[in-house]
Amino acid sequence: MTKAITAQSLRKVYPGNPPVEALASIDVEIQDNEFFTLLGPSGCGKTTLLRLIAGFEHPTSGKLDMFGESLLDAPPYKRPINTVFQNYALFPHMTVAENIAFGLQMLGTPKASVNATVGEMMELVQMSHLADRQTGQISGGQQQRVALARALAPRPKILLLDEPLSALDFKLRKQMQLELKRLQTETGITFIFVTHDQEEALTMSDRIAVMSNGAIRQIGRPREIYDRPADRFVADFIGDTNFLPAEVISNSGEVTRLRLSSGQEVDAHARDGAQGKVTLALRPEHAELTDDGAGLLAGTLREVVYFGTDTHFHVTLDDGSDFVLRRQNSPADGNDFATGDRVGLTFPAGAAQVLRD
Amino acid sequence: MAKRGFDIRKLRGFSGIAMTCFVMLYMPIVLLVVYSFNAGTSVAIWEGFSWRWYVSAWDNEMVQEATVRSLIIALSAAAIATTAAVLAALATTRNRKFRGQTAIFALIHQPLMVPEIVTAVALLIFFATIKVATGYTGLMYLIIAHSAFCIPFAYLPIRARLQGMDLSLEQAAADLYATPFQVFRRVTLPQLWPGILAGAMLAFVISLDDVVITEFVKSAGQDTLPTYMLGQLRRVVTPEINAISTVLLMISVLMVIAYTLLSRTKK
Repeated sequence: MTKAITAQSLRKVYPGNPPVEALASIDVEIQDNEFFTLLGPSGCGKTTLLRLIAGFEHPTSGKLDMFGESLLDAPPYKRPINTVFQNYALFPHMTVAENIAFGLQMLGTPKASVNATVGEMMELVQMSHLADRQTGQISGGQQQRVALARALAPRPKILLLDEPLSALDFKLRKQMQLELKRLQTETGITFIFVTHDQEEALTMSDRIAVMSNGAIRQIGRPREIYDRPADRFVADFIGDTNFLPAEVISNSGEVTRLRLSSGQEVDAHARDGAQGKVTLALRPEHAELTDDGAGLLAGTLREVVYFGTDTHFHVTLDDGSDFVLRRQNSPADGNDFATGDRVGLTFPAGAAQVLRD
Repeated sequence: MAKRGFDIRKLRGFSGIAMTCFVMLYMPIVLLVVYSFNAGTSVAIWEGFSWRWYVSAWDNEMVQEATVRSLIIALSAAAIATTAAVLAALATTRNRKFRGQTAIFALIHQPLMVPEIVTAVALLIFFATIKVATGYTGLMYLIIAHSAFCIPFAYLPIRARLQGMDLSLEQAAADLYATPFQVFRRVTLPQLWPGILAGAMLAFVISLDDVVITEFVKSAGQDTLPTYMLGQLRRVVTPEINAISTVLLMISVLMVIAYTLLSRTKK
């Protein structure tokens, strides 16, 4: 597979007193035709990385290649990369059609071909009926589509999206998520998508890079990120997680044998060279309630919260820590556990993940 | 609405002081305008309504010449000052901060700070040397002098407009393959127009109105409208002066209104 973007030891420090290290040392490879997401809390460096790729910022050090050629000497207007800005940045003195035509005009595309592409793009984002509107006269969702069409019109090799859905309401956001994914598949353009919304990342991405404090904590497919978080930060940031202290008994390939605080032993998914005291991550929906004494862990049921599709059970374990368990509701469910009951907890071998320190 | 703890309008005597200030400011101007329509030759004794002093001013060759000269100078100075101000504003808002930027700000604003009389004397001496050396005594001296002191007036609204503009628009244009010049031409300039017009108009009014520097720099026979009026006041004062003043006032008021409308940012 061709690599659309290769970053090596990419570092960005903003001068100041004290200087701010926005990117510590980024190594990442983004494949051609990939929907790649940079996910992290605000201030983690994801937007800085995007701006380095777009060319609005220069790295302090490191390498940045596109399809094997260095990007570092190319100004933004020479990079076949377009951006969908967080605030859309539509030109207020131009109509919808003029906005979409802008990139092609700047590339010197013949007029007839510009018009054809603009028409095509407006159809693609269902905006044809608003071609002659000023950008101030259309709704947020429509502006979002125009921004997308404007960035796609020049057929960039890479499309950068900087939290483009964050200003939309919930329903529209869901709809646009699917639409973006469809557009990416249809056009075959590499999408690099920045978001702080983990659900958005999991739904749309081929691969996700989870970032924090200017570093990439983990890169992987959504399922890997969710089921096999590399460290405590990733486990905590993506979804809900229970953290359990444990001690390594033995390591054999994929599987690590561990002793839990209750003294019970269990197999978990291994992390290379894990030894001594470690932390386990366990998703709330991967554990099950059992009768007291029958599980791997024991505790007291503190609270039962009904959520419609599922129910959350809050348990205080005997070692004093809290544990949350989630169970999908079905019509057959009775009130088998009540607040204050002594309960046991169990989970299948391999469900828990040993975290990196 | 929560109760405001302090409201200046509720202070005792506020309206009285405010009214006094307005009367002091505008009463003389109102009188000036009223007496421009006086039928008699006095600027203080009302003898009935007439347009005669407007007609007289219109027919006065000295006034005609001074008006044309004032307009040439004001238009040229406004054009030159605005161009310089646009470049200065771009350099001070669209660049990374550079060494000596504060010094540049101070230099651009210098005409606002230095007493006008000092600039006037300095220019008088400086231009005298050049006049002797080159023998040229044309209008260029006045145009250059006016351009110089008009720059900060043109610069302020343009810079304010540039600072208020969304930087991501220019980035978006660059991202869509526009070269820096195209970005300026297609995105920055169309949005900057109101600021540029506002700056140009302010510069125009300031130049049109100037007495001190003009008085010092002009050569013989180069009266502008204000210096002509000053000269007339030393001789016989007729309501013709009032009439010319009223016209100048109208031009200024129109310019200020246009400036206010243009510098308001659309929301």
